[in-house]
Amino acid sequence: MTAVEQETGAEQPILRVNNIEVIYDHVILVLKGVSLEVPRGGIVALLGGNGAGKTTTLKAISNLLKSERGEVTKGTIEFEGNPIQSMNPHNLVEQGVIQVMEGRHCFEHLTVEENLMTGAFTRGGDRAGIARDLEMVYNYFPRLRDRRTSLAGYTSGGEQQMVAIGRALMSRPKTILLDEPSMGLAPQLVEQIFEIVKKINEQEGVSILLAEQNTNVALRYAKYGYILESGRVVMEGDAESLRSNEDVKEFYLGISTGGRKSFRDVKHYRRRKRWLG
Amino acid sequence: MELIYAVLVQPFVDMYLDPLIFIETVIKGLMAGVLYSLVALGFVLIFKASGVFNFAQGVMALFAALTLTGIMEYMPDGLPKWLTVIVALGATVVIMILLAVIIERVVLRPLVNQELIILFMATLGLSYVLEGAGDLMWGSDVKVLDIGLPTDIWDIGGVYVEQLDVTAAIAAGSLVAVLAIFFTKTRIGRALRAVADDHQAALSVGISLQQIWVIVWSVAGIVALVAGIMWGSKSGVQFSLSLIALKALPVLILGGFTSIPGAIIGGLIIGLGEKVVEVFWYSVHGGAVENWFAFMLALAFLMFRPQGLFGDKIIERV
Repeated sequence: MTAVEQETGAEQPILRVNNIEVIYDHVILVLKGVSLEVPRGGIVALLGGNGAGKTTTLKAISNLLKSERGEVTKGTIEFEGNPIQSMNPHNLVEQGVIQVMEGRHCFEHLTVEENLMTGAFTRGGDRAGIARDLEMVYNYFPRLRDRRTSLAGYTSGGEQQMVAIGRALMSRPKTILLDEPSMGLAPQLVEQIFEIVKKINEQEGVSILLAEQNTNVALRYAKYGYILESGRVVMEGDAESLRSNEDVKEFYLGISTGGRKSFRDVKHYRRRKRWLG
Repeated sequence: MELIYAVLVQPFVDMYLDPLIFIETVIKGLMAGVLYSLVALGFVLIFKASGVFNFAQGVMALFAALTLTGIMEYMPDGLPKWLTVIVALGATVVIMILLAVIIERVVLRPLVNQELIILFMATLGLSYVLEGAGDLMWGSDVKVLDIGLPTDIWDIGGVYVEQLDVTAAIAAGSLVAVLAIFFTKTRIGRALRAVADDHQAALSVGISLQQIWVIVWSVAGIVALVAGIMWGSKSGVQFSLSLIALKALPVLILGGFTSIPGAIIGGLIIGLGEKVVEVFWYSVHGGAVENWFAFMLALAFLMFRPQGLFGDKIIERV
């Protein structure tokens, strides 16, 4: 993507989620009106605790919901201005939207390189281009080059996360939906993976929607963030402003400026300040 | 004492005394095994890609053979034989692919996300539908299938070898080789293995499950056609052909449900085992071992090695 394109596209977000509602199994209401935008070339964080609806939001966008009997019942999802709710994952990947699932989900019985190659499935027979991109992935993740012939099932958690991201990259995406890349990884490794994600974002111009529980790391790499709680966006803002917000600090970053509190105060405070309680 | 002698000693003495018969039995057994393998191969393909145990695989072989003979009957008489065979084969392949498309649309797609046992029941139903359809379309008489495969018998130093058996072995061998290349070297093959590993992840990278299922059922249909041709040329196309599906079950237990080499080697072991036991342990059991030997062997395997000889390695990271 050229710089000019990037600039002209800057006003219109590449991905826009408009007040969506998601119901599982026809009865379980999981998302109760989530709206968010991802600017072209940006990194946006989707934060919140367990069960807040982060993964469901990502799956609603990538349309992996259907295979779990979930359904977007209200609202719209637009990618580059076009509605995409009715597209199947295959077409979405072709359009440039791909999800890296939580828990990595590598193909265990395929080698690292074969895993990466499956990411290029939708590109058909573009051999030269695929070979070039494989090289590119190996340059981002030199560790994968050394392990290219090992079965993915035998690689470490960090390597599997790299395989999962590299595999998504092989589809030549415009937007990656990255679900919980820090899960189960050592802090140092988390840092390393986020550095590479940032590099991919900058060098390949890939927009990233990042779902994370690790608020601290996520807000350092993202430019903008949304906080989800029980299926609703309860707060949004620049990473900077979120990081300095007292509530975010207390609830998600685990730092508090007020010094030690007595247990009674904490209880009281929580009850009063719970956003949707 | 006599029994022990008859079980443990006499057979081996016989083998030594009459090596020609022994070799012939071994070859016969292996060749029968090849045919079991061919049916088992179809099972493995579908099981790998979708986790479904396709009960209809045996009937698919029957259906394919019936279709082939049926089409050959309807071809005009004047044509040269090779042309008839090629056209009929081509038409049958097309029909098997169409069948795969229909199965995906009508059976698999509505049942997506259902329990595997439900899919298994569906294939059970499918086997009856196919059997009925074959009967309806082509009648229930035993048909002779002659696509011009060599039927002579070679005499190699006193050992008789049927050329048809050799052809079947070559066909099975090349089929496996082609499949191995297909699975490891091609984009679709990789996608098939990816789907076998993790449906969700395969979906997430844009692999279309529907497309994969059509492909895998088509390939299984073509494998069934090869199996049907071999069985049909050997013993005529008849409805008992669908029963070979039952023999494929112990083959799978022996070889492992997910392994292509396992299907082949499992088939060979069972074919070989039942022929050798039948001939050389005759005085112990008095014949008719072939009907149950495979199942006894499978039972023993279930006790001691339930994943089979070549079942999927269960990957555990340390």
